[in-house]
Amino acid sequence: MSNWKQICRVEDIPVLGARRVARDQGLDVAVFRNDADEVFALLDRCPHKGGPLSQGIVFGQQVACPLHNWTVGLCDGMAQAPDEGCTPRFAVKVAAGVVHLDADELAGHATELTRPIAGPASRKTACS
Amino acid sequence: MDMRVTPRQKMKLVMVGNGMAGVRALEELLKLAPDLYDITVLGAEPHPNYNRILLSPVLAGEQTLDEIVLNDWAWYQDNGITLHAGFKVTQVDRVHRTVNATNAQGETVQAGYDRLILATGSDPFMLPLPGKDLPGVLAYRDIADTQAMIDAAAQYPHAVVIGGGLLGLEAANGLMKRGMQVTVVHVGEWLMERQLDKVAGQMLQASLEARGMQFRMGAQTSALLAGDSGRVAKVEFRDGSPVSADLVVMAVGIRPNTQLAESMGLHVNRGIVVTDTLQTVTDARIWAVGECAAHRGIAYGLVAPLFEQGKVLANHLAEFGIARYLGSQTSTKLKVTGIDLFSAGEFMGGDGTDEIVMSDPAGGVYKRLVLKDDKLVGACLYGDTVDGSWYFKLLREGRSVADIRDKLMFGESNIGDVGHQGQSKAAAMADSDEVCGCNGVTKGTICKTIKDKGLFTLDEVRKHTKASASCGSCTGLVEQILMFTAGGDYSATPKMKPVCACTPHGHQAVRDAIKEHKLLTTGSVFRFLEWRTPNGCASCRPAINYYLISTWPKEAQDDPQSRFINERSHANIQKDGTYSVIPRMWGGETTADELRRIADVVDKYQIPTVKVTGGQRIDLLGVKKEDLVGVWKDIGMPCGHAYAKALRTVKTCVGSEWCRMGTQDSTQMGKDLEKAMWRMYAPHKVKFAVSGCPRNCAEAGIKDVGVIGVDSGWEMYIGGNGGIKTEVAEFFVKLKTAEEVLEHTGAFMQLYREEGWYLERTVHYLHRVGMEHIKKKVLEDEANRKALWGRLQHALDGEPDPWFEFDKAHVDTRQFEPVTTA
Repeated sequence: MSNWKQICRVEDIPVLGARRVARDQGLDVAVFRNDADEVFALLDRCPHKGGPLSQGIVFGQQVACPLHNWTVGLCDGMAQAPDEGCTPRFAVKVAAGVVHLDADELAGHATELTRPIAGPASRKTACS
Repeated sequence: MDMRVTPRQKMKLVMVGNGMAGVRALEELLKLAPDLYDITVLGAEPHPNYNRILLSPVLAGEQTLDEIVLNDWAWYQDNGITLHAGFKVTQVDRVHRTVNATNAQGETVQAGYDRLILATGSDPFMLPLPGKDLPGVLAYRDIADTQAMIDAAAQYPHAVVIGGGLLGLEAANGLMKRGMQVTVVHVGEWLMERQLDKVAGQMLQASLEARGMQFRMGAQTSALLAGDSGRVAKVEFRDGSPVSADLVVMAVGIRPNTQLAESMGLHVNRGIVVTDTLQTVTDARIWAVGECAAHRGIAYGLVAPLFEQGKVLANHLAEFGIARYLGSQTSTKLKVTGIDLFSAGEFMGGDGTDEIVMSDPAGGVYKRLVLKDDKLVGACLYGDTVDGSWYFKLLREGRSVADIRDKLMFGESNIGDVGHQGQSKAAAMADSDEVCGCNGVTKGTICKTIKDKGLFTLDEVRKHTKASASCGSCTGLVEQILMFTAGGDYSATPKMKPVCACTPHGHQAVRDAIKEHKLLTTGSVFRFLEWRTPNGCASCRPAINYYLISTWPKEAQDDPQSRFINERSHANIQKDGTYSVIPRMWGGETTADELRRIADVVDKYQIPTVKVTGGQRIDLLGVKKEDLVGVWKDIGMPCGHAYAKALRTVKTCVGSEWCRMGTQDSTQMGKDLEKAMWRMYAPHKVKFAVSGCPRNCAEAGIKDVGVIGVDSGWEMYIGGNGGIKTEVAEFFVKLKTAEEVLEHTGAFMQLYREEGWYLERTVHYLHRVGMEHIKKKVLEDEANRKALWGRLQHALDGEPDPWFEFDKAHVDTRQFEPVTTA
């Protein structure tokens, strides 16, 4: 049973672009829109080095990660061969031009994954 | 009513032949359209597809048969391909579209087809000599021949190889390594005359003689005579004494195997005649690929062009219908361990060509480079072939070598175009040595992957190993390794490199089309040039967007979704998804007021790192995307474009205003240049520097444009680069006034903006078009210089600062706020 929650209108997402959906717990969910007005949702995290996929270039049914240009499939979250890896998917429903995500998934799906740490904070981790 | 859509009946695709070219085509097809066909393959040999090129190392005992299998039995099964190995096709009925085949046991199979690929390869040419059918007389073509040769070497002492070409010498070398005494009979004056000139051919012969190989040069064989056992025992010549032979290998050439095609009534002329789409000219249901096909009169015998053909064929079978095969350049490398020779192109020279020759027969090194109109058109190397891949690249690219002509002979390492740590010779590297410093890939890993995965192109190596896939500075090394590991058959990228996999067109063709046909949107470029993908990819979209706005300023509209994130968010993304912000400090000068505002911003937004950059500016690192707009506004300084393919910094020294050595006001010159040209998008990032005296404290020698003040005016240098590979800028012109410096810099920049390819730094642009070209356009033609400078000023006039004028700069501000679902 899906517990759909309204997120935004399809037009709120740029064509061949993405928006980030903030969550109480865990990383953002990236919602993508391609030029056929299909909408996809993935955890906003590349399986390679954790880059925010929402910031990548969208083409066809794929997105290129902004950090190292891995190509990730929007339908399945799979990295394109020969790269290997997968980013968690989120169920999406578009009804009457409104994008919905599953509230239960938003609350609890893939909340354990984090972004890499950068800056002085990363030095502390390295020393401890 | 049942409304379910039934899946379309799959078409039946039958391939006659199970060799490298055909199977590669199927692999490409499966990538594009995995479910379009039911595929049946009929192969005459009782083996899965193997790497025919590596039969020589197998014969020489350096590899085993198992090691050279490219697609094992499971591959066919996994891909749903029905393989009839060991079945020779006897008849094709084009009316009923059936293929009949028989194996050695007399079993028959029949397969029906909707589409048919002929990949029948080639047959060795057997000289019509008396005795050619005797036991012990072989060709050298397949696993069975190789095995027969290995068996013979175990039993008999004497072998004769007829034919001193590539294949013959590899066979002779292998038999010699297996302990036979080998005589090579060659009708020509020197060995490998189709690949080598006389000097190199004679050096090769001397080297092989030193290993114990014997030669009969200029000798014509008249008969092969049997001994008592009925097996061949002697080779007789028109003149001269006969030679003992328990094994005779004929390696005098191959000819396209067109027997079947002829029996089918297909047009055959030195091969099965095909069009640029590899379709036979006779029957639209039938394609031919590989050594059996004659494309524009040429049947290729090397694997690289055949793989290119396979790609084109797959594209059409997948019903994409856009690829064309336009012919290939080929190169040759002999696979005899310890002997290095390489040749490519018109190595014999001819009318209108110049030659650069280096000959050291005693040292075993000989190099001949053939040039025509300042372009490399041929190369023949013996003894030292490390630069073969580099010469081949220059040859394919057809770029002018005028600027490096004096150093050309001394190789790539001499002009510094190599990898890190001064490594220039892949062959000298140990397996554990790192080749790609960005991705930590060793030579051993690359070699192993090339062998294991059967890789033949630089792109494939990049995909599978990541070597040279990031900064690209080790590309030359990786190409060398590829050439050494895969042999001369490694596939060089075609002469004209496509922008990306979405199109066969190169950067120049795209630029030209946009200009000539006044294309103003990415969509119109895709339509006009028949892009293969609906909206391109992350490689071509940014390039096209740049070409549009640089060709048609004020007319073409910038498309932020076709820009990389940095140019979309106007800040530089960091590994944790935060951004860095670098405000512009004209000429590297700042004030207490600016510094105070920066300090306040750092406190207010809790920015974790503040760093002084190499370009005399201040970098704020770790800014959250949500804070970018506030940070820009609070700092109140112009955008530094430190994230963009655009003018970045203008580095200056203090200059005559303060410095006791200064001869010119370099800081003011730098500010003037920066104010005139900031907001200028370019094919790649652009950096300037201005020094006030020849001590050059601003390091102007490694900038795209470097200006150095001297007592009598300014010296201008272009094409420097301090990055991946340090490139010293070349002297361009000496000027008297600051106005002239502005005009010349602007004109050069505009020329680069109009002619450069996306992601091509000025140094690479300069190498591609040549200094003469730039001098002609900017120095010698005053009117053109002024026009260029005028066009740049027009393009920059009224350009917005993206940190403040969001609408005008097409900044989608929605990106700065996440969608909240509270």
